[in-house]
Amino acid sequence: MTDQPTRSPLFELTLARVKLFFREPSAMFWTFGFPVILAVALGIAFRNRPPDAVHVAILAGPRAEQLRLALDAAEVRAQVEDESSARLDLRTGKVALVVLPGDPLTFRYDESRPESRLARMLVNDHLQRADGRKDPTRVSDERVTEVGARYIDFLIPGLLGMTLMSSSMWGIGFLIVEMRTKKLVKRLLATPMRRTDFLLSFVVMRAAFVLLEVPVLFGFGWLVFGVRVAGSFALVMLVSLLGALTFAGIGLLVASRAENTQTVGGLMNLVMMPMFVGSGVFFSARNFPDALQPVVRALPLTALNDALRAVVNEGAGVGAIAPQLVLLAGCGAVSFALALKVFRWR
Amino acid sequence: MGTSGLAVRCRGLIKHYDGGKVVAVDGLDLDVAVGECFGLLGPNGAGKTTTVEILEGLLDPTGGEVEVLGMRFESDERALREKLGVSLQQTHLPDKLSVREVVHLFRSFFANGHSPDEVLRTVSLEEKQGAWVEKLSGGQKQRLAVACALVGDPELLFLDEPTTGLDPQSRLQLWDVVLGFKKRGRTVLLTTHYMDEAERLCDRVGIVDHGKMIALGTPRELISSLGGQEVIELAVTGGKLDESAVGKLSGVHGVRHVADGFALAAEPLHVALPAVLDHVRQAGLTLERLSTRHATLEDVFVAKTGRGLRD
Repeated sequence: MTDQPTRSPLFELTLARVKLFFREPSAMFWTFGFPVILAVALGIAFRNRPPDAVHVAILAGPRAEQLRLALDAAEVRAQVEDESSARLDLRTGKVALVVLPGDPLTFRYDESRPESRLARMLVNDHLQRADGRKDPTRVSDERVTEVGARYIDFLIPGLLGMTLMSSSMWGIGFLIVEMRTKKLVKRLLATPMRRTDFLLSFVVMRAAFVLLEVPVLFGFGWLVFGVRVAGSFALVMLVSLLGALTFAGIGLLVASRAENTQTVGGLMNLVMMPMFVGSGVFFSARNFPDALQPVVRALPLTALNDALRAVVNEGAGVGAIAPQLVLLAGCGAVSFALALKVFRWR
Repeated sequence: MGTSGLAVRCRGLIKHYDGGKVVAVDGLDLDVAVGECFGLLGPNGAGKTTTVEILEGLLDPTGGEVEVLGMRFESDERALREKLGVSLQQTHLPDKLSVREVVHLFRSFFANGHSPDEVLRTVSLEEKQGAWVEKLSGGQKQRLAVACALVGDPELLFLDEPTTGLDPQSRLQLWDVVLGFKKRGRTVLLTTHYMDEAERLCDRVGIVDHGKMIALGTPRELISSLGGQEVIELAVTGGKLDESAVGKLSGVHGVRHVADGFALAAEPLHVALPAVLDHVRQAGLTLERLSTRHATLEDVFVAKTGRGLRD
């Protein structure tokens, strides 16, 4: 009449979570599709372009056309204008510099604008050479676009950090509160199920998904943008795993008391917003003023992003990112312990 | 078994909410014997669900003693839960798991129990085992909930309003499941506000109102306590019925007002009915309506509280 269970409750709970995830198209999209779409959009918007040509104006006059022919090279776009439009274009930034023909030749520009200073150097060079200047030192150019230093190389680890955070938080916090409102937590509690098994199943599920999320995003970045991992990929996986577990703990904590999905949604945003903005997902967190740095550095997502970038972009080893790993592990452990203590089961 | 073959024993059960402003259960005593099917009856808000959830160990009582299967939740929670089957009033099982997956999941929590196949056969859901929960009808969902309660082979089964909102056929199917479970000598505690359900399934019922047990016994005993097994309902025109005179007629054991007339507890009917008709004729009144029926637990509740069960 009776039989023995074939698999452990933790395994069955985790399996159910994984099945439910794959059967929910929107969850799939936010975890796998959304970061890839972001990477494409931002990768295109901030792709590396050849430097823009410098625009200059030449005031109409006797030698103006001759000067224009001498100047109009690959790096400089010159046009002849009358006094009033030349002033207007200079003021509005349409041209970086106005050349006033005569002897001496006069350059009119705003010294505080870097592109104006660049324009002055380029224009001066071209005109001096056109008038017969010979450079005594022979030079040649070697141009490089270094893989690992482009915006997309900076972006992909940040996107990974962001995805690990939001999937862990939403995937756990929202689900738990939904189960609570549907009385499913109560129903499970009426069985001999261990409470830690219930909470751990969410953590294990997140860990399992990291094994998919990281290769998907990096595989995509490599195929489309040629993004390379300078350090060890195993270490990237390990850091990601730790990050996912940390945010799983924080997700559990956020969901531990909330009684409806609106409340938990608000709490999630409250916790995640500062990290979306402050933790250097899209730009370096070092851009914040020094006074804010202690706050920014204390955010777990900053630690995760810094650690991921160090490994992916600079090839750092475990030793170099130890402080970040300790911060992540600490945040995760404290959150999980606290969640276990204050969790609303009934 | 701890106390003399009792599956449930509670004394002076009290549950307050909001710091005592709401009294949900107000000093309730309850004994349920092993092998018995016991029904808690009462209107919505009477305290049935609160009582059951305390007995299931899902709510902490404000006061009183609770012993289930001779054990206490404070000291033997896991051992106790291995022997309990629970179906809550509302549980939304995961929409996108299949029937079979849900039962497998619940089975994994119990050290011993039935195979999922067995349980699905018991509740006649074998054909639906591959279907997702969201595709099930209300009756099928309820039977799945009961399957989850049965899969650990419990000694005591709690069913909180198992057939509320179900179609007649689904109700009959669930009744068969409960009767089959009982036939194996197991104990059932259910709540319901359907009198026919209580009369059909329960060995004993307790009527709960305002958190107190106001009547307790077998359905037959409770109905007998009305004084008559039959009910005569009538309405008259052309004057007022003399209630006290009617109450003294032979075979009439009680008179009460109903919406548009009177209901008389009567037994035996062949003595009471002619006497009532004679009285109406002699008083010069005209019968507008007259009917007779068997007394039900609903009449017991109305007699005790002056209110209908679904008021």
